[in-house]
Amino acid sequence: MFFARPRTFLILALVASAVLEIFQARIDPYFVDILTRIGINIILAVSLNLINGHTGQFSLGHAGFMAVGAYTAAAMTMFAGPHVMPANATQVLVMMWFLAALLAAGAVAAAAGLLVGAPSLRLKGDYLAIVTLGFGQIISVIFRNIEPLGGALGLNGIPSYTNLFWVFGAAALTVYVITAMVNSTYGRGFIATHDDEVAAEAMGINTTRCKIVAFVIGAFFAGIAGGLYGHFTLTISPRGFDFNKSIEIVVMVIVGGMGNTVGVIIAAVLLTLLPEGLRMLSGMSPSLHWIGESRLILYALLLIGLMLLRPQGLFNFRKSARTKP
Amino acid sequence: MTEFFQQIINGLSVGSMYALIAIGYTLVYGVLRFINFAHCDVFMVGAFVGFYAGRNFSNSTLGGGILVMITAMLACAALGILIERLAYRPLRNRSRLTVLITAIGVSLFLENAGQMVFGPNPQPFPQIFPAREFAFGQLVISSKDLVVLGVTLFFLAALKFIVQHTKMGTAMRAVAFNPEAASLMGVNVNVVISFTFGLGSALAAAGGILWAYKFPKIDPLMGIAPGITAFVAAVLGGIGSIPGAALGGLLIGIVETFVKGSRFSTWTDAIAFLILILILLFKPAGLLGKLQPEKV
Repeated sequence: MFFARPRTFLILALVASAVLEIFQARIDPYFVDILTRIGINIILAVSLNLINGHTGQFSLGHAGFMAVGAYTAAAMTMFAGPHVMPANATQVLVMMWFLAALLAAGAVAAAAGLLVGAPSLRLKGDYLAIVTLGFGQIISVIFRNIEPLGGALGLNGIPSYTNLFWVFGAAALTVYVITAMVNSTYGRGFIATHDDEVAAEAMGINTTRCKIVAFVIGAFFAGIAGGLYGHFTLTISPRGFDFNKSIEIVVMVIVGGMGNTVGVIIAAVLLTLLPEGLRMLSGMSPSLHWIGESRLILYALLLIGLMLLRPQGLFNFRKSARTKP
Repeated sequence: MTEFFQQIINGLSVGSMYALIAIGYTLVYGVLRFINFAHCDVFMVGAFVGFYAGRNFSNSTLGGGILVMITAMLACAALGILIERLAYRPLRNRSRLTVLITAIGVSLFLENAGQMVFGPNPQPFPQIFPAREFAFGQLVISSKDLVVLGVTLFFLAALKFIVQHTKMGTAMRAVAFNPEAASLMGVNVNVVISFTFGLGSALAAAGGILWAYKFPKIDPLMGIAPGITAFVAAVLGGIGSIPGAALGGLLIGIVETFVKGSRFSTWTDAIAFLILILILLFKPAGLLGKLQPEKV
């Protein structure tokens, strides 16, 4: 398969993103924009897939960790950056600092993940979904109340550091780490936790620990995605990381097939292109104007339809789907 | 001291509406063991049915108001039964996660279809009940709060009667206790589940009308915040327990009103979740609920 040689995949993907970056100036800015969004969504969807898919813990708060990462990275480059770097810093130094900011974003988001996960992962199913939803909301309320970070208005004027190399490099790293992890001996514990928690525990797997580790790693990559997102849109506000954003990521995971990394990547790409396609359709004639606003209705119908007809996901072609209880 | 009582009255009035919504969550959880995410959007639809009905045949009298409320309750009961029939019944024996995702899908669908049909902007809700203010010394009680409290009390009493003293209520309790055994005893489980959805949705519609009457601005996303708070109320009281849902609703309403009146008012949105998290960590069965051990 695609991931039979994870290390080769990682090297190839890194080279490819470097090549993309070299040609970035020649690509139409519109496509650069879409490609960046695709890369960020791949990171988000693949990292949520580790929690919701492989480990089977339904989280509805992924956007909250993204927010933590976005704010951390922006604070690093906007407030700490000018103190650390000389005014005439070279490009390399600036990029190194951005890398440090992204890692810090991931680390703080992972810490938030630990803080949220440790108490709430004792809950199951519906309750866990609601509690993670609640934590996502609380994170947003907290940022709304921190005045130095812009309060409800958010932060403006974040430096534009994100480029295709960073985005696809990070996406490749995410896919590599999570695939390698799930396929390792340790990672089998995640899948066992998903398949049957009681049986896994009887076999000596510390399921609570597995869930928390999955949650923390998922949050780490969501934080990195948030950092990239902030330095791409250049403005962030608490409202940008609300429940709808979390749902968007959840839809990607479900459409791709929970626990199926390739499918989730395909879904992330297609669902990023979907709004663009809808916009094009609605632009064709005034009578089709309503299509432009129908994205969320489509998401809703996708969720219901998939659960009724194809709960293993649209792009999951394995015989033994891991979506059964 | 006057302000304290004023806040208590406000809290009771808001809390009783939470109670009406929370009962819907609890009823459905009781028979099907899942959280009906779409419940809060049925609440929104109830308010909008009241909006259109109120413009046409209400004249700010008690009779007109009751007529509007009955219309909305019937419409939402039908909607609730329809949702259960189309989206949840085909998934009856599937994993709970599947049902949960479907419920989220139904909720998203109602919210966004609502934005297309009703328009995304807030609209003023008509005055369907007469409004007056009564002064007791310095304490001012609006007739709105009296109507809200009165209607809620009436529905709680009616619900108690239905659940405890009718044949359908007995069947509901039997299904909640053990669906298989109930069906072996000749209870038609599907009819009972449909009835439960209808009952819960009708109460949500009543809650929606009262909410829109007290806070007369309605929009298609109005259900989310009270819906989540009411869910927390249901968990606080012990999900599956009807008196628990009522108690939880009143408690949360009072706590929220006091926080809103204090200098921590910007944190109001986080209060319900904070309570939820504390409850789930320290007393997961809720105040009046019973903890059921998971069987392998």
